[in-house]
Order: sequence, then C-alpha cells, then structure tokens
Amino acid sequence: MGELVELTGLKDGEPVTCVAVFGDHSDFENVPVDRRVMVIGAGITGITSAIDLGNAGYQVMMVDRLPSVGGRMLQLSETFPTLDCAQCTLTPRTVESGQHPNVLLKTSCEIEELKGEPGDYTVRLRQKVTYVDWNKCTGCGTCIQKCPSKGIALFERDAGRMTAIYTLSPQAVPNKPVIDPDRCRFLTRGKCGVCAKACPVDAIDYKQEESFFEAQVGAIIVATGFDIYDWKNKMPEYGGGKVPDVIDGLTFERYLSASGPTAGEIVRPSDGKLVKDIVFIQCVGSRNPEFHKAYCSRVCCMYTAKHARLYKHKVHDGQVYIFYIDIRSTGKGYEQFIQQSVSEEEIIYIRGRAAKLYRDGEKIIVNGADTLTGKNIEIAADMVVLAAAMVPNEGARELADMLGINCNDDGFFVEDNYKLSPIETGQQGIYLAGCCQGIKDIADSAAQGSAASSKAQVFLSSVRRQKQEAV
Amino acid sequence: MEKKLGVFVCWCGSNIAGSVDVDKAVEEAKKLDGVVHAENYMYMCSDPGQQLVKDTIAEKGLDGVVVACCSPRMHENTFRKAAGSVGMNSYLVEIANIREQCSWVHQNNKPVATAKAVSIIEGTLDKVKENLPLETITIDLTKRVCVVGGGIAGIMSALDLANADYDVAIIERDPAIGGHMAQISQTFPYFHNIPELLQKKIDEVNAHSRIKVYVNSEVEVLDGYVGNFNVTIKTRPAFVDPAKCTACGKCLEVCPVSVADEFNRGLSQRGAIFRYNQMENARIPVLEQSDCLHFVDVEDAEMDAGASVRCQACVEACPEDAIDLGTIRKLNEEFVGAIVMATGYDLYSPAKMPEYGAGKIPDVIDALAFERLLDPTGPTKGQVLRPSDGQVPKKVVFIQCVGSRDPERHKAYCSRACCMYTAKQARLYRQQVEDGTAYVSYMDIRSDSRDFEEFVQKGMEEENLVYIRGRVAKVIQENGFLRVFTSDTLSSRQLEIEADLVVLAMAMEPKTGIRDLAKKMNVTIDGDAFLSETHIKLYPVESSTKGVYLAGCGQSPKDITDTVSQALATAGKIQTMFSNETLIADPLIAEVFSDVCSGCGICIDICPYGARLMNDFTRISDVNQAVCQGCGACMAACPNKACELINSTSRQFVRMIGDFAGKAEAV
Amino acid sequence: MKYPYFPGCTLYTKAKKLDDAGRECSLKLGFELDELKDWTCCGATFPLVNDQHITMSGPTRILADTKDQGNDKLVTLCSVCFNVLKRTNHVMLNDEERRSKVTDFIERDYHGEVEVLHYLQLLRDEIGFDVLKEKVVKPLEGLKVACYYGCLLLRPVKEIGLDSMEDPTIFEDFIRALGGEPIEFPYKVECCGAFQAVHSMDTATRCSREILNSAKNCGADLVITTCPLCQFNLDDRQPEIQKSDPGFSSIPVVYFTQLLALALDLSAEELGFERNLIDPLPLLKEKGVIA
Repeated sequence: MGELVELTGLKDGEPVTCVAVFGDHSDFENVPVDRRVMVIGAGITGITSAIDLGNAGYQVMMVDRLPSVGGRMLQLSETFPTLDCAQCTLTPRTVESGQHPNVLLKTSCEIEELKGEPGDYTVRLRQKVTYVDWNKCTGCGTCIQKCPSKGIALFERDAGRMTAIYTLSPQAVPNKPVIDPDRCRFLTRGKCGVCAKACPVDAIDYKQEESFFEAQVGAIIVATGFDIYDWKNKMPEYGGGKVPDVIDGLTFERYLSASGPTAGEIVRPSDGKLVKDIVFIQCVGSRNPEFHKAYCSRVCCMYTAKHARLYKHKVHDGQVYIFYIDIRSTGKGYEQFIQQSVSEEEIIYIRGRAAKLYRDGEKIIVNGADTLTGKNIEIAADMVVLAAAMVPNEGARELADMLGINCNDDGFFVEDNYKLSPIETGQQGIYLAGCCQGIKDIADSAAQGSAASSKAQVFLSSVRRQKQEAV
Repeated sequence: MEKKLGVFVCWCGSNIAGSVDVDKAVEEAKKLDGVVHAENYMYMCSDPGQQLVKDTIAEKGLDGVVVACCSPRMHENTFRKAAGSVGMNSYLVEIANIREQCSWVHQNNKPVATAKAVSIIEGTLDKVKENLPLETITIDLTKRVCVVGGGIAGIMSALDLANADYDVAIIERDPAIGGHMAQISQTFPYFHNIPELLQKKIDEVNAHSRIKVYVNSEVEVLDGYVGNFNVTIKTRPAFVDPAKCTACGKCLEVCPVSVADEFNRGLSQRGAIFRYNQMENARIPVLEQSDCLHFVDVEDAEMDAGASVRCQACVEACPEDAIDLGTIRKLNEEFVGAIVMATGYDLYSPAKMPEYGAGKIPDVIDALAFERLLDPTGPTKGQVLRPSDGQVPKKVVFIQCVGSRDPERHKAYCSRACCMYTAKQARLYRQQVEDGTAYVSYMDIRSDSRDFEEFVQKGMEEENLVYIRGRVAKVIQENGFLRVFTSDTLSSRQLEIEADLVVLAMAMEPKTGIRDLAKKMNVTIDGDAFLSETHIKLYPVESSTKGVYLAGCGQSPKDITDTVSQALATAGKIQTMFSNETLIADPLIAEVFSDVCSGCGICIDICPYGARLMNDFTRISDVNQAVCQGCGACMAACPNKACELINSTSRQFVRMIGDFAGKAEAV
Repeated sequence: MKYPYFPGCTLYTKAKKLDDAGRECSLKLGFELDELKDWTCCGATFPLVNDQHITMSGPTRILADTKDQGNDKLVTLCSVCFNVLKRTNHVMLNDEERRSKVTDFIERDYHGEVEVLHYLQLLRDEIGFDVLKEKVVKPLEGLKVACYYGCLLLRPVKEIGLDSMEDPTIFEDFIRALGGEPIEFPYKVECCGAFQAVHSMDTATRCSREILNSAKNCGADLVITTCPLCQFNLDDRQPEIQKSDPGFSSIPVVYFTQLLALALDLSAEELGFERNLIDPLPLLKEKGVIA
C-alpha cells in the first residue's frame, strides 16, 4: 500500500512527488503512453469509464479534487425507479476502483495545465494539501475520533457535523483523512495538535505544502459532474437559505439516508420534530430563463417523486404536496413510477409554481398557484424541499479552457455533434461523459461513461496502429 | 483436517448494528466449532475493514472466512479479492447476509435479530467448512462481433468496434441500413441535416474492411455462449445482382404492381421492385417477393403448366440482365464472441386509435409520415402537403402521447422522444408555411436535456406554436376538414379546432418479432417486450445473457443522442471483454457424478441456460462450464442425485438449514 | 327458442309499440321473448349516483329473479336497462365485496350467473346477421341510415364489451343485414344529452343538433337508435333546434325495432310511427320501403 510512484514525462527541475497513491499500482509508468488514460472526476461516470478501461488493460489515472471517490451518487439515499440503495449499488464499484490493479486514484488533485498532443498529452496536476501523509496513514481513524473541533459536514450538506480532520464518508475510498485548515484548531490558532499526538504512525503533517506533478496520458475522459445551483444566495423568494427547514433535494437525500445525520428519520433541522406536512417544489432555478437557468435539470421530477415516496414510507400519515410545471418521467419504468406515486402513495401533485414562502411560527407558509383550477393556494408545511437546478461543477469553465473544450453559456461542455458524436469534443483524444455535458440521470451517465471508454480505446488503438505503420 | 475459521461481523453503520448486537454476535461466534478468530468493525467493506480481514488471514493462518454483512451481491467479490490478495483461495470466503435477511427485517427486535444473525453465521461457517478451494475457468474467445440491427445504434456500435480492429457483421432485416433515422429530416435541438450526418456514417460502414453487412437478413438460429456464439443468418433474396445493376431504373418503370411504400409511411406508392429509400446505399433496387406477381401467380401458373404467364416485366426490361427471379434465400454463419442487440422500434399503429380515425382518415398521419413530408427527397420533395388533396395545410394539430402514458388502454410508458420531435416538426412546419398555425396538444412537455427547454420555448415565443395542455378526445373528418375535440386543462375549457392536418406522435414500441428474436437470443424482455438490461444503473447495456449487449430503442424508447451513447457503451464493453485472450468464468457451477448419472436427460430440459448436453459417447449429461450459471435447477431436478453445485452441495445446504432451524426454535 | 326478456319501464308504457315490434320480429325470426315474471324498474341510475350499493339492489334483484326462474340469459331492448343490468352483473361477477354487500342487503343468493344480452347482440351472436339477412322480406334498399349508438350501449367498454367504444360496427352490420345502407358519421358514439334534458335543455339541444347535423352532412336519410330515450330526445329536440338555427332541416329518428319490423314486412301502422315527431312515413314511402 501507498507505494511511491515515479511518473515519466516530467520537466527538468520539477519536484517529483506523488503522495496520493492508493493500492498497488506500479504499472502506470510501465506501459506506453498510448495505453494510459486519465479520467477527470471520480463519480459514477468516471468510475464506470475507469473500470471499463482498467478491465481492458489500460492504465487509468482517475483524478478527483475531493479526498475520496464516489461523487454525488454516494450522497444519495435510494435511486429511482427501483428504490435501490445508492450506497449499496455504488460502493462495490468504488471499492473496485480502489483495488483495481490498473486504476490509479489521484484524489485531492486538480488539473493545472494541459500540454502535448492527442495520443501524447501531458497533464500537470496540483496535489492539494491534506496535512496527512497518506503514505504513512493506515486509515485507522483514531485522529477523527480524537479531534475536538466539530463543524458542519460537507458530505452531509450541512445537515450533519464532522470533525476538522475527516473522511467524506465512513466508506471513503481511499480511506485516508484530510484536515480542513479553516476549522483545524492547530492551523487556525496554533494550539491543539491532538490528531498528531493520537496518530500511531506519525502521519499528520501540519507543514505539508501543495505539490505538483505531471502525468503523461494518451487520452482524457472528462466527467466532472454537477453541483447544485446556489439557491441560497440567488432565490430570496424561497427564503434565500435563511428560513429554517427549507432545504434542497440533495440535502433531503442525506435525511433519507439510513447512514445520514438523522439515521433516516425525517425530522426538522430547526427543532428535531417529525415532519408531518412536507412541500416539494420542482424547477427551482430551472426553466426560468429570465432570472435563473433556462434549461431543465432533467432528473428533478424523478428524484422528487422518489423523495415523496420514501418520505411516505417513513411517515405513513404524513402529507406530501409537490409543485410541478410538467412531470418529466421519460426513462424506462419512470412513468409507471410516477403513476404509482400518485395512485398508491396518495401524493398530491399541484401544477404550478410556488410563488414564495415564509415562516409563520412553527410552520412554513408556501404560496402558490394551481394552474389547473386557476386558484391560489397556501400550504402550511413543516418542511420544504427545493428541487434546485443542477449546474456544472465549479471551475468547469476554467478546465474547459485548459483542455480546449467548448462550453455553452451555462458552462456545460459542448460535444462535437449532439447526435452522432455526443462523446467527442473538438479535441481529439479528449472525451466527455456524464452531467458535465448536460444533466442526466445515473443510468445515462453510466452508459456515457462506458461510451467514453469505447472512444478512448478506439482512439488509442488507432494511435498504436499508426505508430506500427510508421515503423 | 479441521479448517481454521475467521468470522468478521460488519456494523454497516447503524444498518446492522442498529438491530443486531454485534458484540454479542462476535462473542457467540467465538464459541462455534472451528472458529479461531471473530471480531466486528463499523464498515468491513471499507479499506481498513478489508485490511483487518487480510491481516487476520495472514496472522492466524485462516483457511476459511465468513464475513457477516450485506447481501453477497454487494461485497462478496470485495472480500474474495481481499482474501485472494493475501494468498488465500477466494472460494473459501463466504458472506453471511445479516443485513437484508436479518437486521432490516427485525428492526424493532434486537434479541431476535441477534440470535438470527448468529445462526446465519453458524450456517455459513458450516458451508465454508466443506467449501473446496477452486480455480477460475477459462473460456475461449472469438474476437468478432455480430450486431443485430443496422439502425444508428447498430452502425455506431459497429464502427467503433471495427475501428478498434475487430471484425463486425451487421444483420439488417430491411433492404438497407440506416434504420428509422433515414426517414427523418432534421435533428432537434440544432436542426442538423440528418441525411448528411447519416450518409457519412453509412459510407464509413460500407468502406470499412472490417464490417460485413447482411441486408434483408435475420437471425435464424443462435448457438453457443459468450465468447463462442454461432449465429446462423437467413438472407432473403433481393433478386437484383448489385454487381451488374447500374441503377438505371428501367425495371422500376415497368413493374405493374403498385403498393403503399412502407419507407414513406404509405404517402407514396411503389412497385414490387423498388428503391428502398433515397439514400445513396439503397441505389440498387430490391424486389419484394410477397408483392411480386411473378411469385403471387406461381401456383396458378404451375397449374397451367405454362411458365410464360408469370410476370417477367422487370427481367425483360433490365438491359444488364441483373435480375434473376430464381435467386433463393441464403444461410450464412458467423462465429462471434459478442452480440449487440440494436433492434430498434416501430411506431404503435394508428389503427389502434379509433378515436383519431383508426388510420382511415388520410389527413391524420403519424409522426414518421410527417418526417417524410419534411424530407427534400421524400414524396412531396420536402413540402408539407395534405395527403388527401395535395394542398398546403394551414392549420396543423400535433397530438402527443398517442398510445403512450395510457396504462389502461395502450402503453403505460412515456416514449421519451415525442415531445422534442413534435416541437421540431411544428417549428419546421411554421418555418415552411409562414401563415400556418401549429397547435400542439400535450400532457406534459418533456424537454429535459441540454438546450431542449430553450428549443421548445423558442418555438412558442418566436414561431407562435400554440401549446394546449390536454388530451385530444376525438378527431373526426367532416365536410373536407378535420375537427379536433380537445380540452385546455389550464383554462378548464373545451376546445374544438378545425384542422387541415393532424399529426400523431405515436408511442414507440419494440420491433415486431422481438419476442421470437429475444427467445432465440435467450434475452429476457419486460412486459412491454423491451429488452431487459441486467441493472438499470450499473449494467445498462448488458443483457441477461453474457456476451449479448443492448443498445438503442429496443431496450427502451430514447432519442438519437442517448441511443448513440448506449451504442458506444456496448462497443466499450465489448472492447474491454476482447482485451484478454480468453474469458474467465466463476467455477461455482454444476458438476455431474458420472457413476450415478443414468442419462435420463431431465436436467437438459430443465436448464434455463442450455448448459446441459447429452454426451453421445458416454450417454451421461455433461455441463458446459462456460454457459452454466450455477442456478441449481438441475441439482434439484435430478432424480438420482447425480448432480451437485460445486460449493453449494445438498449436504452443505442440509447442514445450513439444520443450523438455522435449530436456532429458530431456541428463539 | 325462448329468451327471458326484460322490457323496462319506457318500452312498457310510453314506447309500448317499439317493444311490440321487437316481440313481433322475434317471432318472425324464430324465437320468442319470454317476459320475466314480477320484474321491476332497473333503476336506470347506475351511472348517475354516488351510492355504490343501494342503486344496485334493484337490478340485482331482477338478475336474481332471472336466475331463480331457471334462466341463464336476459335480453333487453333499451340501452339504459342494458347498461344498468350488464354493469351490475359485472360487479356481481368481479367484486366480491360489493356483491356480498348488495346480496346480503336484499337477502338473495346471486353471483353473476346470468348473461345480460342486448337485442342487437342477440341477433348478432345467437341468431346471426346472416340468418337475419335471409329472413328479410322487404330489404331497405337505398335507405341511407345513420346508426346512432349513443353512449350507454358501449361504455364503459371494459364492463360492457359489446363492441369497440370508438369505432363500433354492430349497428351498421345490422342495417346491412336488413339491406339498408349504413353511412359513417363521426358523431355516432357521442352523447345526445338526453340525461341533461331536465337540468339543462340547452345542452341537450346543442348535443342533439351536432349529432343530427353530422348525420345529415354525411348523407343520412334517417337516424336510428338503440335507446328509446335517445330516440325521443333526438326527435323531440328538432323544433327547438330549428328555432335557434333557421337553416336546420329536420331528419326522422326511428327506433331500430321499427326498421327491423318493416324489413320483416310487419305493418307500418302497428309500429307507432304516429308518436314520432318528425314523421318518417313520407321518407319511407319515397324510398319504397313502405307502400
């Protein structure tokens, strides 16, 4: 474990450091460049690409800026339309990506620069500071247990608390902690050092500095995924994040999750009371060309229906209201899923936008219109869940510039031809997959992940053929 | 010699530890026969958890491990790999499922859950005690692919595979590849020219030395198994020799037959010998036997004993002597390692919608017919004209969800692409007929991909498409125009629209004959006859049969982009599979005790995978190791107990059941 | 051959002649309608009220009587009676809970054993339209007939199952067997609004106008119905329609047993044409159907 890997293709004088190595991956530099692929983004899409390519005998470097792989899917509770547990579906694959002899995980890393040409790219990466020497760390978790500094948890979408030294989730791959410098008592106030004292292998390094390294690869798959629209700052009509018990869909996933901060109980963040009346508002920031995003975020209709059903499974006498504009259930079995939600789970769908919401004592008052009856309606709710628009991940545009990929106005990556080359970019050897190209669900993302692996293989085999012919 | 066994109990956070007392479980496990080590951990599947297992195996020299955690479907592989990495035979690791089958179902009763967990662990330990160390099975691999269906899914999959240097055979039922995409004029949301895009890909296919195309062909028989399929292909005769034919078109002029042209959705007529479509690759005419008078008359002709009564018009007209009506169907065989099912869709028949005229009103057409009207090479040269009288329709009503989203009478599912192609068709119509009005009747507008929403919005705002939310009740023809009865559910009013043309966005359904084909290919289908994938999220392009992959609308309705993504994904999966020289299979399969087997053959009939075959020489029933999935059906059916599943023998199971039953009584 | 027969209130009183015609025709065709003993009104309310059970007690009693009198079939002429009895029987067959509630209440033992048949269905399935065709004495040659089904004969299709609810053909096939010429018109399965006649005469008038206009536009000489209520409504609304729409020209509306009787050469004088508001006799004479 944790063997130091030397990378080829470095410029003279560059520091040769590579700390975030996981598993036994001594082969990366032993194969020719036309057998190496970089996957940027380690969500379900990237993992699918990486495992496919790894199984095909390619050496894959999978890069993610977070400390562990799994992406957004790991935050989900269950998935539509089968209501399978998301973690249970995904963790075998995260574990596989971590154990795969042909997949090299580079977490806490960001892309700095791209050089070279198709078939022989050189990517310069920045290894972010983790304050933990992962070569020494065994992932025992003692530091996390001992850390006295508690704060809101990123992975739990602010719904839970975590320590200043943390892993994103208990099943993190790699299972190595990092320190949040903004909350660490030692790093902010110079006093504490509890984790360093607790660490049995002396892996804590408060003086660690960021480092850079280069990787030479034949092809690159970009799967940088999505983020949630900043509704807290941009949508005062829905409380702007200041009305308690108004949360977004991804946060609600954490409430639903058996391993989430409430162990799956649907209680109000403000007072811990069981939620009896719940309002879901769809298209929050989506389909709103004037003020927010013009596009549809594609998956919200389905995950909201799923939220509603999972909520009903937990709170049998609870009442669910869903504000929608159009119900978009286009995938396999999706329409039937919605039908069942309406007919069997007694979920009330209201066609119309919610105009605003405000706090009134214990309750949140949601004002909206029912466009089918032409009436204004008002609902007093215990909790409001916003299906906020999905946007490209932060920094996507900068990455696109670096890689020479076109972006549209919303920051989504634009493919070569929407119909027949949905994976290819203007750059040969650089491919797109998943939500960075346009919002899509897990099934479509995974399919694109495999499609990208095909494109990379076809491209690299043509590179090899050309080389052979040249010889 | 007794095995040294280790037990590892996972908390799975609170999933297991919430209802099973994991400390007690460990304590009890330690008392069990053969157990030399037992402990618990919060997430055994996590990296430190696995390390724990590995270290203990090495330290204590374990030769059997039970991990008590979630379903073996989740992490069996994880722990087998972990054990394998420290030199233990992976098949000596077993999962005791104490989550799905224990903690989740006894959430409010900790003593019961704990006792049950212990008995599950005990039973699993007894299984491990008799497990044999096994080695994986290797299977030969033919690195060639057969793609069933030459639509865009088949084309894209074949091209990627061929470009990766694998031989590909495309089997297409129609006379030319291109599929439904060849019928469509432009794309949404960017109005790209489809014939141009498609022609490029078709040319690439035709020029590719590694791709062989069988048109007019269907799969007759499929034999074999992953890595070693034998596909028998039946090719209907086209009667025209492409080597001689100059595509002069003389035969087309003389054919006395006139039938509705399927490619143009009945908007034009064709002869029995005809050009299948206007694409370059369909330049050579084909002759449809079932329409041709030469063949229709054949019985009468034989009775008259005079061959001259048979129609020979095309043969006589051909200056190149390229038509041979004596051509017979051909059978070919392809040996391949993998198969892509890209069988596509048909539109649900308007004849099933009596409320919209049951296909009898000429000016009520389906959406593909409207595409033919938009095609510059189509029957109207791209002009939108009414089929009944050739006039330019001034009012067109587009009806969405026709047959879709109607669980009571038609299809429960949404056909996914209709909202967008309808918006595209309405916009193209408005761009062509400036003073025309386009109404779109919809239930929900499903414009759910990048730039789709904007595309529909633009249609409404700039091209004045009139969107009406409601389901059309009825379309009738009266006094030369159509009357469309609908309601606007947003204003709760009933509406009646007088229209010149009505376009039905019919539901997409699997191709006719898919049930038979699926049976031949041993691929499962769902209630609507769509091909079933193994796992909608993790294995969206893998079918129920190893080595057979799914792409496109045969799996479920989708647009071209998603179809292409899926097609490329199948190519990716197959390249991955072909990257090795042989395939590796799990050895957990059936075995036959030759001294007990009487050769009765019951197992052969019962095997759902076709893995059991009678050995003609020994007269006992063999197991095809590559095909057997270890389901155990033969083991249960064998009257002589000549059949056992390796590492899941009846002896092991009887012991396990004894353990479970004993404990259950104690509770 | 005898078929147990349920005439229903309308055909037994106001429209007695239409009922007579049906019975007379049956004799000509070689079967007999044997009136059920002690029958009562079917209630005619199945589709209209919210009470799921009490409205079924009447029709269930009728069906139970039918069974107890030793029959397994029951024929009706009126579409409303047919609809009520057929749907009640559907509940008796398929909904154990509702069945037992109703039969417990009326203290009868009934499990849906009786098959409810409409007279047209009897002709099609038991007698056969080909047999009917042979028995026709005076074919309705040249008579263009708009076959109006209305709503109750066919819907709801899952419970009635007589024919397609959108594109039925039984009535047209019947007219063809009589030698007449059925015309296709798009309003043949629309509601005539008869049920609204008390509550909203305007609705009934509007619905009737659309149906009659559509039939005339498609070339019909007359309209026939399977339901006495539709017949009355379509016939009786015509002066009202004319008031609001002076261009409207009237069209005779007759009951199907009346035409059947004519084709079987029964006397026109016995068929109650004097009760038709728009007198069909001039037309029938003109077409040579009657002398």
